[in-house]
Amino acid sequence: MRGKWSLVVFAMAIMAFAVAGCGGGEEKKAEEAPAKKLVLGVAGAHSGDLASYGLPTVNAAKLVAAEINAKGGVLGMQVEVQAQDDQCKPEMATNAATKLVSDGVKIVLGHICSGATKAALEIYKDAKVVCMSPSATNPPLTQSGDYPNFFRTIASDDAQALLEVDFAKKLGLKNVAVIHDKGDYGKGFAEFCKQFAEADPDMSVVLFEGVTPGAVDYSAVVQKIKNSGADGVIFGGYHPEASKIVTGMRKKGLEIPFLSDDGVKDDTFIKVAGEYAEGVYATGPRDISSNELYSVAEAAHKKEFGSDPGAFFYQAYAAAQALLNAVEKAGSTDYDKVVEALRTQYVVTPLGKIKFDKRGDAEGVGFSVYQVKNGQYVELAN
Amino acid sequence: MEYFLELFFGGLTRGSIYALIALGYTMVYGIIELINFAHGEIYMIGAFTGLIVAGVLGAMGFPTFAILVLAVVVAVIYSAAYGFTIEKIAYKPLRGAPRLSPLISAIGMSIFLQNYVMLAQTSDFLPFPSLIPEFEVPGLNGIISSSELVIVVTTALVCIGLTLFIKFGKLGKAMRATAQNRKMAQLVGINVNTVISATFVIGSSLAAVGGVLIASHIGQINYYIGFIAGIKAFTAAVLGGIGSIPGAMLGALILGWTEAFATGYVSSDYEDVFAFALLVLILIFRPAGIMGKQPTQKV
Repeated sequence: MRGKWSLVVFAMAIMAFAVAGCGGGEEKKAEEAPAKKLVLGVAGAHSGDLASYGLPTVNAAKLVAAEINAKGGVLGMQVEVQAQDDQCKPEMATNAATKLVSDGVKIVLGHICSGATKAALEIYKDAKVVCMSPSATNPPLTQSGDYPNFFRTIASDDAQALLEVDFAKKLGLKNVAVIHDKGDYGKGFAEFCKQFAEADPDMSVVLFEGVTPGAVDYSAVVQKIKNSGADGVIFGGYHPEASKIVTGMRKKGLEIPFLSDDGVKDDTFIKVAGEYAEGVYATGPRDISSNELYSVAEAAHKKEFGSDPGAFFYQAYAAAQALLNAVEKAGSTDYDKVVEALRTQYVVTPLGKIKFDKRGDAEGVGFSVYQVKNGQYVELAN
Repeated sequence: MEYFLELFFGGLTRGSIYALIALGYTMVYGIIELINFAHGEIYMIGAFTGLIVAGVLGAMGFPTFAILVLAVVVAVIYSAAYGFTIEKIAYKPLRGAPRLSPLISAIGMSIFLQNYVMLAQTSDFLPFPSLIPEFEVPGLNGIISSSELVIVVTTALVCIGLTLFIKFGKLGKAMRATAQNRKMAQLVGINVNTVISATFVIGSSLAAVGGVLIASHIGQINYYIGFIAGIKAFTAAVLGGIGSIPGAMLGALILGWTEAFATGYVSSDYEDVFAFALLVLILIFRPAGIMGKQPTQKV
C-alpha cells in the first residue's frame, strides 16, 4: 500500500515538472517572437529611509516606457523597466550595477545619491553602459572627466554657485562676505562661491565664516560683516539661519544685498523674516511648471498612481525620455552612438528642450535668480 | 573701539539670556541636586506662549508695549505652571530614588515637551513679532539696539530682584536653608515641598521672561530652540559653579562674552570651541566652577 502511494506521488511530481517545463518553453518562445526588447535599468533607493527619492524615478521610467510602448516602442523594440534597489548605499549600488550589467542592460536611469552613483559608475564604465542620474548633484561626477558614460538631468551644486557669483557681479558687488551654516550642503555651496568670486579679478571675499545653526543670536556675526566692509552677503545654508542673519543685519541698519541658495528659496523664509525678507535674492530651480510636458507628466502620474509625483520625478521623466530618444536616434544600443546622440540630439521633456554638454550636464536645465518682492519670490530674467 | 563695544554689548545681550535660563538650572540644583534638563523646554514654552498672546492681542489692536508686558506676564504664569507640574509628576515621585532616575526622568520630560509642542503647534519656524519698541539709545547709537538694551536692563533688574528676594525674603531664606541641609530645614519647620515648588516656579518664570525677550529680539521661534539655549545656559551654570546664584549670572556673562569675542576676533566657526574650551579650563583649575563651593568631605 505504502509503496503504491509513493509511486503515485512520484509520478505526479514528475508530471508537474514536465508541465512546468513545457510551460516555460512556451513562454520563452512567445517572448522571442516579437523581435527583441529594450531593457531600461532603473537603479536607486527603492527601499530604506531614502526610498522617497528613488521610487518616483521608477514611476517616471514606467510611465515613459508605457507611453513609448503604446507608440510602437523604440526601434520596434518594447521597452521593459528593470528596477534594482541600492538604498543609496555605495556597496549595494555596485551589486545593483553588476546585476544590471550581467543582464546585458545597456542604458541605466540612476542612481539617486551621489555616493552610490560614483560607486556604480566604475562598473558601468568598464561595461560601456550609459548611466543618467536625475538627482546626483555632486560636481566632480561630470567635471572630473572620469566618467564619459555619465549624464544627469539636474544641475550640479556648483552651477548654482556660479550663477550666484555672476549675479553678484551684475549687482556691482566688489567685496562680498560669504557665510555658511557649516553643513555639507551650505558649506559646499559657500566654498564654490568663494572660489568663483576669488577667481574674478573685480571681486574679493572679505569674510568667509560658518555660523552655528540654532545659536541664540547672530549679532556678533552681523557685526563682523559690518566691520568687514562687505558690500554684499552670500549665504549658503537653509532659511532659519538666513532669516536670523537678515533680520539682524536690517535691525543693525546694514542694508547691503543678501544673496542665497535654494535652501532659502522657500516660502517659510518670507513668512519668518517678514518685512526684512524684502529684496533678498535667492537662486532656485528654474520654474518649469509652464512647460507643456510638465502638466502631461503630472497628469499621467496622477492617473496611473493616484498621487502627486515625488522628488526628482520630472528630472527622472526627462532622463528616461532622453535615454530612449538617444537609442532611437542612434539606431542601436551601441555605446558610442548613444553617447553621441545624447550630446547632439535635442529632446523635449518636462524640463524643457534639453541635450547634454561634453561633460554630461544637461543644457537648458538649471537655476534662476529670484528676488522677494511684496512678500513673494519673483523670478528675475536671466 | 566701536567694534569692540559692539561685540561687548552683543555678548552682554547673549549672556543676559543665558543668565535668565541658567538661574533656573542653578536654583534647582542648589535645592534638590537635580539637573533639570527640561528647563530649556520651559524657556521654549514661554516663547510660544508669548507668541500666542501677541497674536491674539495684536489682532485686538493693543499697543505694542502693552502686548510686550502682557505677553511676558502670561508667559511667566504659563511656564511657572509647567515648571510646577513637571516637578510634581516627574521628579517628586523619584525624590528618594537613586540620583540617576530623576535625571533620566528629566531627559524624558525634555523630549516629551519638545514633541508635544511640535505636534500641538508646528515643526516649522514661526515668525515672532517685534514687541520691543525701537528707539535710539542716546550716546551709543548704532552700537547697541533698543531691544538689546531692554534685554540687558530687564535681566539686570530681575537679577537684582532675585538676589534681594533670596537674601531678605522669608521664602528666600527658607530656600537657602533647604539648600544647605534639607533634613535640618524640615526639622526647624520649613515645608520643604513648598520650597521646592517655589524654586521651580521662580526658575521657570525667569526662563519665560528670557524666552519672550529673545524671541522678540531675533524674530523667530520653533519647538527646538530650547535645546541649544538650554545646553548653553547649563554650561554657564556649571562655569559659574552650579548651585550658586551669583555664579550663574557671572558664568552666563562670561560665556556670552567669550562667544561674542571669539566670533568677532577669531571666527564664528570656533564659537562653540572657545566656549567649551573655557569651560574645560575653568573646571581644571576650579572643579566646582568660578563661584562654586568645594563640598567638605566627611572623613
